[in-house]
Parts: sequence; C-alpha cells; structure tokens
Amino acid sequence: MGARDILLARLGWALTLALAIAAPFALGSYHLYQLTQVLIYAVALVGLNLLTGYNGQISLGHGAFFAIGGYGVAILTTKLGLPYWAAIPVAGAICFGAGFLFGFPALKLGGLYLALATFALAVAAPQILSYTGFDAWTGGSQGLQLGKLKPPAWAHVSADTWTYGVALIAAILLFGFALNLVGGRVGRALIAIRDHAIAAETMGVNAPLYKTTAFGLSALYAGVAGGLSALAVGFVSPESFTLPLSLAFLVGIVVGGLASIGGAIFGAFFIEYVPNYADQLSVQFGESAKALPGAIYGLLLIAMMAAAPSGALGLIRKIVAALFGAERA
Amino acid sequence: MTTRRQFLASGATAVAALATGISARAADTPGITDTEIKIGQTMPYSGPASAYGVIGRTEAAYFKMINESGGINGRKINLISLDDSYSPPKTVEQVRRLVEQENVAFLFNTLGTAPNAAIRQYLNDNKIPQLFVSTGASLFADPEHFPWTVGFNPSYQTEARIFAKHILANHPNAKIALLYQNDGFGKDYQTGLRDGLGADHASMVIKEASYETSEPSIDSQVVTLQGSGADVLVIAATPKFAAQAIRKSYDLGWEATRYLTNVSPSITTVLKPAGLEKSKGLIYGAYVKDVADPGFKDDAGVQEWRGFCDKYLTHTDFTDGNAAYGYSAAATMAQVLKQCGGDLSRDNVLKQATNVKDLSLPMFLPGIKLNTSPTNYNPIRQLRLAQFNGESWQLFGDLIAG
Repeated sequence: MGARDILLARLGWALTLALAIAAPFALGSYHLYQLTQVLIYAVALVGLNLLTGYNGQISLGHGAFFAIGGYGVAILTTKLGLPYWAAIPVAGAICFGAGFLFGFPALKLGGLYLALATFALAVAAPQILSYTGFDAWTGGSQGLQLGKLKPPAWAHVSADTWTYGVALIAAILLFGFALNLVGGRVGRALIAIRDHAIAAETMGVNAPLYKTTAFGLSALYAGVAGGLSALAVGFVSPESFTLPLSLAFLVGIVVGGLASIGGAIFGAFFIEYVPNYADQLSVQFGESAKALPGAIYGLLLIAMMAAAPSGALGLIRKIVAALFGAERA
Repeated sequence: MTTRRQFLASGATAVAALATGISARAADTPGITDTEIKIGQTMPYSGPASAYGVIGRTEAAYFKMINESGGINGRKINLISLDDSYSPPKTVEQVRRLVEQENVAFLFNTLGTAPNAAIRQYLNDNKIPQLFVSTGASLFADPEHFPWTVGFNPSYQTEARIFAKHILANHPNAKIALLYQNDGFGKDYQTGLRDGLGADHASMVIKEASYETSEPSIDSQVVTLQGSGADVLVIAATPKFAAQAIRKSYDLGWEATRYLTNVSPSITTVLKPAGLEKSKGLIYGAYVKDVADPGFKDDAGVQEWRGFCDKYLTHTDFTDGNAAYGYSAAATMAQVLKQCGGDLSRDNVLKQATNVKDLSLPMFLPGIKLNTSPTNYNPIRQLRLAQFNGESWQLFGDLIAG
C-alpha cells in the first residue's frame, strides 16, 4: 500500500468513526437499533474474515459461536446475576476456548471439508440449545428473556442510545485489535499460511498454532457479537441462531470484501438492510408477490456480485484507482 | 414537507375534535386519525414457515374489502404487514419499526410462538396491544403477567387433550408414537397428551421423536417411530414437515391411526404435497370449515368466502385452510374495532378485545363461538374431530371443549 492509499484508508476510518459517533444525535430510536445491529454484524464479520479471508479456513458455522456468545451473556446475566459489561468479555472468552478447541479437528480438514464440518456445527446449534436436558439453563425451546439494558443515571441517555454506545465501544476495540493484528507479523503469518502453507512452515511459521488461534479469535469476535445481540434484542431462543444466520455471515464477508477489515462494515450494512429492502420491493410487484422477498434478495445479491466481484471495498479501490490513476507501490 | 403535512393534519384533527369531542381521544393514540386506523403485524413471508404467508395476504385483502365499503365507523384500516422470516431478532426489529417509525396503533395476529415471545415484553412495557396472536402456545393467554397480549388459536394443549380422549375411547390398548417440533408448539402436544392420558400415559406413549425447523427432512424420525411398533402416530408438525411425515409414514407401509395438529390440515399446502391418497384416514381437531367438504357446499359462510376469494384472492386460496383462518382472524379484529366505536385509544381497544361475546364467524364450524373476558384470553375453546377421506375432511362426533 502506498502513502496515498494509507492516507485514504485513514481518512475513511476517521469519517466512519465520526459518523458512528454522530449517529445517536441524528437518528430516532428505531434507526439507532438498526445501526446497533449493523455494528454487531460488523464485529462478527471481522471475526469471520480473520479466519476465512486472511487465513483461508472456510466456516459455515459462525452462527453457532454467535449463539454461544448470545446464550452465554443471557445465562450469565439472568441466572448468575453478572453485570452485562462483565458478561460480554466472559462470553467472548468462552467462545475463544470453544473456537480454539474446534480449531484442532479443523487442522485435519481443508477447504470444502472444513466448510462441511462447520456446517454441521451450525445445524446442530439450535438443536443443542433446545435440548430438554439444558432447560434449566437455556430455557429450552422457549428461550430466555433478558432485562432491558439500563443506562446509568449519570449518562442521561435512552436505553437504545446506551446499547448503541456499548456496541460501538466493543466494535472500536475489536476493529482496532484486528487492524493491528493483520498489519503486523501475525497477519503476515496468517496470509502466508493461506497462500502456501508448506512455504510458510519452511519460513518457520508454526502453522497449527496460528490456525487454531485464528479459529479461537474468530470465534471470540462472533461470541462478543452474539452477546451484544442478546442485549440489544433482549431475547434469545434457538430460532434466533439458525443456519441462515451463518450463511448471512458468509454473504457479508464476500459482499464486503474478503481479507479486508473495513469491508466488514459494508457487509454488515448489506445483511442488515438488503433483506428489508427485498421485502419492501416485493410489495411493489403486487400482493401475490408477498411470498417473494427471498427471490428478490437473491437477485440483489447476484447484481451486487456482478457489479463488485471483489466486494464493496474492492469496488471502492477500483473507483479510487480510476479517478486518481493507479499508484505505484 | 412532513412538518407542513403534520401541521395540517393536526389542524384538521383539532377542528374535528371541536366538532365531536370523541375524536379528541383518537388523536392521542398513534396510528389513529379521523380517517384511518393503522395497525401492524409480522408474517413469515420468507423462510421455513413461509406457507403461513397466505394468512397475512388474506387479512390485507379482508381489510381492503372493508375499506371499499366505507371502513369501520368511518375509518379505513391500514394493515402494515412485514416479513420476519420467522426469526425472533428480525421480529423485534420489524415490530420496533412498526411501533416507532410507522406509529401503528397496535399489533394484530403476528405469527409464530418464538417471534411473539420475543416481542411480548417490549409491547407490554409500552402498553401496546398485541392482539389475537397467531399461535396456540399456552403461554400467550396470561392476563395476569402480560395483560396486553391476547391469544387467538385454540390452545395446542386443548387439541392434544381431545386427541387423548379419542384414543382412550377408541384404541384403549394403543401404542402411541409422537412426532413433534422441538419448540413450545410441539411440546404443548407432549404436555397435552400427558394430561389427557393421565395415569396411562407412561405405558401408552412408547416413542417420541422431535425435529428442528432447520432440518431439510424428517424422514429418519418417522422411520425411528415406525420401528418402535406403535399403532397410533400423533403428528405435531408445521405444514412443510407435516407433509413429509404424512408421505413418509404412508410410504413405509405403516398402518397407524394418524392424528394431525390443526395448524397443518390445509389440503393445498399440506395434503396435496403429501399426496391425497397418502393422507387418507388422518384425524384432526377442526375449527375452520373445509371448503372441499360436500356438507358445506351450500353453506352460507362458504358461499360468502367463495365470493370474497373470487374478488380479492385466487381459487387456490379458496381451498387453503390457512387463508380461511386469516379471513376469520380479520373478521374478529373488525368486530372488535366496531365495538370500539369512536374511542380507539389503546386502553379501549384492549378492553373490547377482551370483551368478545358469542361471536360466530362465517368460516368457523357451526356452533363455535368466540368468547373473551378480562380473565379469559383464549377466544376459541371448542373443536370437532374430522377425518380425511381422500378428498375432504369429514366431521364426526360433537363439538368438544378441551
């Protein structure tokens, strides 16, 4: 990356941060709630991108880690009385452990086989969550109701603004960490393993350690996102974490741009807003088209991939290059 | 622009308020103007439960019909029906949009057990009526803790208890297998059977198997249940899975007496996909009229329904029990709004919704009367058993209160 690109990237981040901080002052509670969802998805997408985009391990099962984080926070706050700000890191740590452990069998599996193994994880998650034996903890199929997030008295803000703020702080911390990670030695090692594992090992990279750690970190991101989601929605149930959620994450990182941290934000906007637009668009085709939001979503997705095969961020880079001319690295 | 329109609207409301006095109360309630009642709902137009989408379409069509004939007490009904894909986080988001952006007066017939559970606290905290929820889960008739949430469907437990009564009377030595969806809906059948069979439960129910809505197929569960040697199969499954279970149990050559939940008796969306021949002999607890039943050929209610479908829906919808259900739910809502008169405050809407007296509906079975009170949030409490003969559902026996 040349000096100009670095400058542009920094400008982009500064602008994004400024908009994110200004949002609560400009938006109503519903739009703020949607933006909170975007932040939550963005955190999960960064996590998945660390694993899939940077390290080349495909996961179709991140909905499961999202679920563990969500249920973790729900159980810790409602059953064990932990405050939410303590519950989120704990849930993240649990997910790190779960992801790290899942990373070991994943070492034996490459490419599509790993995709299948993680797919199984996503399919199994709702079943395990509604298993009757865990009813006392998980609420079984009825799910768990969380109390509304209460802002402290000194804050003088609404519960929605406070929830948004909590999600924003978590997102800033986790985005910052991820940017640092991929910009340094660890990031180079992850990419080297993705591009040529044997060559990376020859260079002295401990591939198994990096791969399992990448899995753990990625699960941690998904878990924190799941925990934030449980707080924002105020309810968890097995139906909240079904297979389409895992698939939405994969759609998100591809749409946003593989192996890019900033792309996660675009991906998050896509998976939050496009299904809604598909629903609204489908009404335009008359009452009988009410059953078609899925088909319209599919068309929009195809259109998006045709317009920006390298993701939203790739498209922006192309536009920048076209406007200012390609820069010599 | 908006400000100016709002200003004009408020001016108009003020004039009207001076004129009548009653409308002043309406102006206090979001979604209510002198000409409109704006209400909202979520429906699974996409996702695993999309077969129920027809309910939302039918309700929208019903209110269109009402509006074309002048609305209710001079107000037109504007139903905003949003897709939630049967995903609770999505339901919460869409309901917040309905309440905070669209400013609906109240929620009507939102579909699904988990989706309704996810929004119940939010709506009760904000004192917004969550009326006639489209689920029979027993937890939605709880006036003491959730006074703003009113049920509609006959409770699943009621139907399961009626099945149990019928099994005990006709197959006292039955070996029962239960197939259920692993959620509140499916487990209500487990509970209802246990209650209904009483002391005999442990010895009679020899095998249970559950499935998740995320599973593509439930064939293996059906095979397991058949392997148990049971001769009665109770199917507590939503339409797509019910069709699979009916087909598979037939294809296996399993000659069991099959009971089917009344969320899935639709000939169009369940029995036809499963195969009409394969559906012969199924029994369910009916409350909606089956248009294919020759006994209802000249029935006034069915004629009315046919006329409605010709004008506002399609012929496919005419034969769909889910559509007839939506028609009935919308008619109940219309009755409540009529009862409200000029006072459409949320308090009064709830008061009238819990004050329905002996309401008969064109597409509900003769004799079924809807009743609610401040302590009874279950409007429908009677069912009649019906058996499928390969063409239509044949009612038998009397109305049974569970």
